[in-house]
Amino acid sequence: MSESKAGEAAGNRAAYEKTVEKFLQKAPERKAAFRTGGGLPLKRLYTPEDLEGMDYERDLGYPGMYPYTRGVQPTMYRGRFWTMRQYAGFATAEESNARYRYLLSQGTTGLSVAFDLPTQIGYDSDHPMAQGEVGKVGVAIDSLADMETLFDGIPLDKVSTSMTINAPASVLLALYIAVGEKQGVPMEKLSGTIQNDILKEYIARGTYIFPPKPSMRLITDIFEFCSAHVPQWNTISISGYHIREAGSTAVQEVAFTLADGIAYVEAAVRKGQDPNVFGKRLSFFFNAHNDFLEEVAKFRAARRLWAKIMKERFGVTDKGAQMLRFHTQTAGSTLTAQQPENNIVRVAVQTLAAVLGGTQSLHTNSYDEALALPTEKSVGIALKTQQIVAYESGVTETVDPLAGSYVVESLTNEIERQAAEYIAKIDGMGGMLSAIEKGYVQQQIQDAAYATQKAIESGEQIVVGVNKFQVEEDASERALLKVDESVGAAQVKKLQAMKASRDNLKVQECLSEIRSAAKDEGTNLMPKILEAVKAYVTEGEICGVLREEFGEYRENIVL
Amino acid sequence: MEKLIARALEGDHRSIARLISLVESESPQAEIIMRKIYPHSGKAHIIGLTGSPGAGKSTLADKIIAHFKSLGKTVGVIAVDPSSPFTGGAILGDRLRMQQHAVDPDVFIRSMGTRGSLGGLSRSTQEAALILDACGKDVVLIETVGVGQSEVDIVKIADTVGLILVPGMGDDIQIMKAGIMEIADIFIVNKADRDGADRVATEVNMMLDLLGMRPWRPPVLKTIAERNEGVEEVVSEMTRHADFLRRSEEGRRRRWQRLGMEVEEILRREIAAMVEVAWEKEKSPELFELLAARKTTPYEVAERILGTILTETCD
Amino acid sequence: MSERKVRVIVAKPGLDGHDRGAKVVARALRDAGMEVIYTGLRQTPEQIVQTAIQEDADAIGISILSGAHEYYFGRIIELLKERKASDILVFGGGVIPEDDVPKLKAMGAGAIFGPGTPTSVCIDWLNSAVREKWARETA
Ligand SMILES: Nc1nc2c(ncn2[C@@H]2O[C@H](COP(=O)(O)OP(=O)(O)OP(=O)(O)O)[C@@H](O)[C@H]2O)c(=O)[nH]1
Ligand SMILES: [Mg+2]
Repeated sequence: MSESKAGEAAGNRAAYEKTVEKFLQKAPERKAAFRTGGGLPLKRLYTPEDLEGMDYERDLGYPGMYPYTRGVQPTMYRGRFWTMRQYAGFATAEESNARYRYLLSQGTTGLSVAFDLPTQIGYDSDHPMAQGEVGKVGVAIDSLADMETLFDGIPLDKVSTSMTINAPASVLLALYIAVGEKQGVPMEKLSGTIQNDILKEYIARGTYIFPPKPSMRLITDIFEFCSAHVPQWNTISISGYHIREAGSTAVQEVAFTLADGIAYVEAAVRKGQDPNVFGKRLSFFFNAHNDFLEEVAKFRAARRLWAKIMKERFGVTDKGAQMLRFHTQTAGSTLTAQQPENNIVRVAVQTLAAVLGGTQSLHTNSYDEALALPTEKSVGIALKTQQIVAYESGVTETVDPLAGSYVVESLTNEIERQAAEYIAKIDGMGGMLSAIEKGYVQQQIQDAAYATQKAIESGEQIVVGVNKFQVEEDASERALLKVDESVGAAQVKKLQAMKASRDNLKVQECLSEIRSAAKDEGTNLMPKILEAVKAYVTEGEICGVLREEFGEYRENIVL
Repeated sequence: MEKLIARALEGDHRSIARLISLVESESPQAEIIMRKIYPHSGKAHIIGLTGSPGAGKSTLADKIIAHFKSLGKTVGVIAVDPSSPFTGGAILGDRLRMQQHAVDPDVFIRSMGTRGSLGGLSRSTQEAALILDACGKDVVLIETVGVGQSEVDIVKIADTVGLILVPGMGDDIQIMKAGIMEIADIFIVNKADRDGADRVATEVNMMLDLLGMRPWRPPVLKTIAERNEGVEEVVSEMTRHADFLRRSEEGRRRRWQRLGMEVEEILRREIAAMVEVAWEKEKSPELFELLAARKTTPYEVAERILGTILTETCD
Repeated sequence: MSERKVRVIVAKPGLDGHDRGAKVVARALRDAGMEVIYTGLRQTPEQIVQTAIQEDADAIGISILSGAHEYYFGRIIELLKERKASDILVFGGGVIPEDDVPKLKAMGAGAIFGPGTPTSVCIDWLNSAVREKWARETA
């Protein structure tokens, strides 16, 4: 810029500020201060000044190249759209199987299995703690028999399957491998993801079983097993989604998720595994919330920060292991029970944010999820929302279209900076495990959640249809899906029949193998568990032995 | 009321719970209850567990309950958490770690907020302990956070005080210098799965050496409460301490001291109540005018009120 | 002089781990001057009821997002009856379809707060329902 031009610019800026000042006297702004949904201050106007010191090559670079701010693939959605992956599953394996086939016929490109709570917590359907819960929030899986039904007629070499399973992830992965084997698909060919992220269970989601130490061992056992035998499997989906749902800010979502990631990498490295290898199979899972600009910036910031962490902190040179690949789900907590159809619009905005943030796969929520399990119709609309953004909106036709926007880049920088600060603080506490034990992370999230609740109640934050623009509604008109109460009893009967017909001697053998492997940290548990599930040992039996050996986690509440 | 007390003395949990509430909210019936209850108390072993926030008190209490239970004892627990000084509300979360005992008819767990009493143990804690004692619990565990006044208060209530320390908190030792050393009967170094537990134990032992010979030398024990390690030892030392108190001169001294404090406490409370009544009666705008104009002094006023109280009580 | 305080159990029955709502409500009740006994996750109906009895609670608040509300409300209310403790109020929230609310109320639930209910509504309800309960006790 020549000197005269710079002078002119400064003059223009001053003139603008003056105009604003005058303008404000006549027409004050709506609020004294503007903030993003996550609480970051927003200026009236962003200009090149806000990006001073930014270096394009260093900070943004090119898609598919370090630091991956602009995306992990060189051509992004011009090559292939993200995977449209709808989380589904309820009641019995038969019913879920039917829902999956429907979704596949509608153009879903990846399955995502929801398990019921007893399955997620390692109880069989006949366990006393399972009462009233069987088949409620997902499908009930007790043994290989259920898993065979669940994937009946679905070729496992053709679909990729994501399973939301954490504490007993090894068992469900083993079951999947066993079904593949029965279909004649070797495990080398299987692709998919297990969530397997225990830290966020302690922090935000609550479906833990074992204490941190043995839990981390189960996870690193999976890393090792898959590196050798299931190379296309994403061994973990490090999840910020639930952290955000629990009420965190966008910055906290990035910070705590990446801090969890650091803990996993450290645990595996301590076991002598190479981050260049297992690092390629780490995947992430984020939330797409309402604040559009902040969300787009969040995804970009997370990508850049993780690349730096892998490269600088862990010395990772493999490009695949530097990339943060992530799945996204639209924010369940933003759905309202009031005027549920409005949720379709919210989901559309969130979808757009996820896509402009460069997601690798996406689940869109159904508009009726604040009320109950989604119906086929609402699931259909959710999927169409993705298709409309993909095929009609045009935002997919060029890579990272919001790059260079003064505000988006500023927010990207700010989120990265604040997240790095959090991570440094957690490092100072001795890492994520001790930060969780101290209750620090939970406290931060709860404070944010409480602040949000208060802001909504005071009317400072508007939720359309909830605290503004309400209308009288007739709830009885809504068609809602319900799980039949008889599902539990039927499942228990099936389980008992299966137990009577299997080789119970073999079962005992497998269980004692697992027990002795559990006692010896040097043994990888995965092969033993795989052996057991093939012999129709149930999930509850396996987890039961591990419970006895490992003990159980008790939550650490700080309120 | 009679029926409620009778049922509580038989061990009915609902009635015990109700009595504690009545006493806790300082209802008019509180004194009646305590007079009726008191003669039945004095049998339980009252144990205080104190230590800094997050030291593992509740986790340890959970395991201690289980051990006493396995010895065939019934257990009452009072878990005290601070109330908010601003709203008077509280979130009481200690029992979360003891919930496995919630359905055991031989275990009674009660959470209490500190309410008015500044960070310390409230009077009602002691009364609740007496109620549990009278209603048949063999052991009464009291969990309090060791900040400010409460760790000193706990000696007034408990026969045996267990102080929980954890490795890696340098200031713990500092706190002890300030006076807890003398009050703890058992030192428990919890989270011994962490580095530094031995160092803390050694330091405590060295300090105890400095205090010289005493009739009861507090043992220093290491535990991993989470894994139930070392807890059996804690329980047996607690029992040993109870035996010691029962048999020793020191025990008698402490019992008498406590009884003396109980009498003093009631006296102080009664007198305070009288003073309050008399002062309320005496208060008037004229009196304040006189005081402000220095025509009389607070000393004279107080003397006069005391005079009235004395003559009234003598009549 | 300390006055009688509203004491409330906040519990998550069953296996569902989503406790954002339970925790927000616990905090709000505390800030409204109540004593909240927080029992955390994975509580059985038996544990919840025994806790309420030992704590001499005025009310039990449960949060359920897993769809198992009918089972848990039913069981808790039934156990309270068995223990002759039906005076303890039961209320709740979470993902509970409006269609189910009348059924839960018929079982004996005092109030069901759907998604998006301000905590102040819950506080107001508790304050008045508990005061009525106290009035019945002294009557
Ligand atoms: N590593 C380790 N952690 C423990 C041990 N005992 C308890 N903890 C953990 O320490 C944390 C606090 O335990 P609590 O039992 O709640 O401690 P507390 O002293 O009762 O805490 P407050 O009542 O809040 O003051 C929890 O996360 C426990 O799991 C132990 O022996 N080792
Ligand atoms: Mg505690």
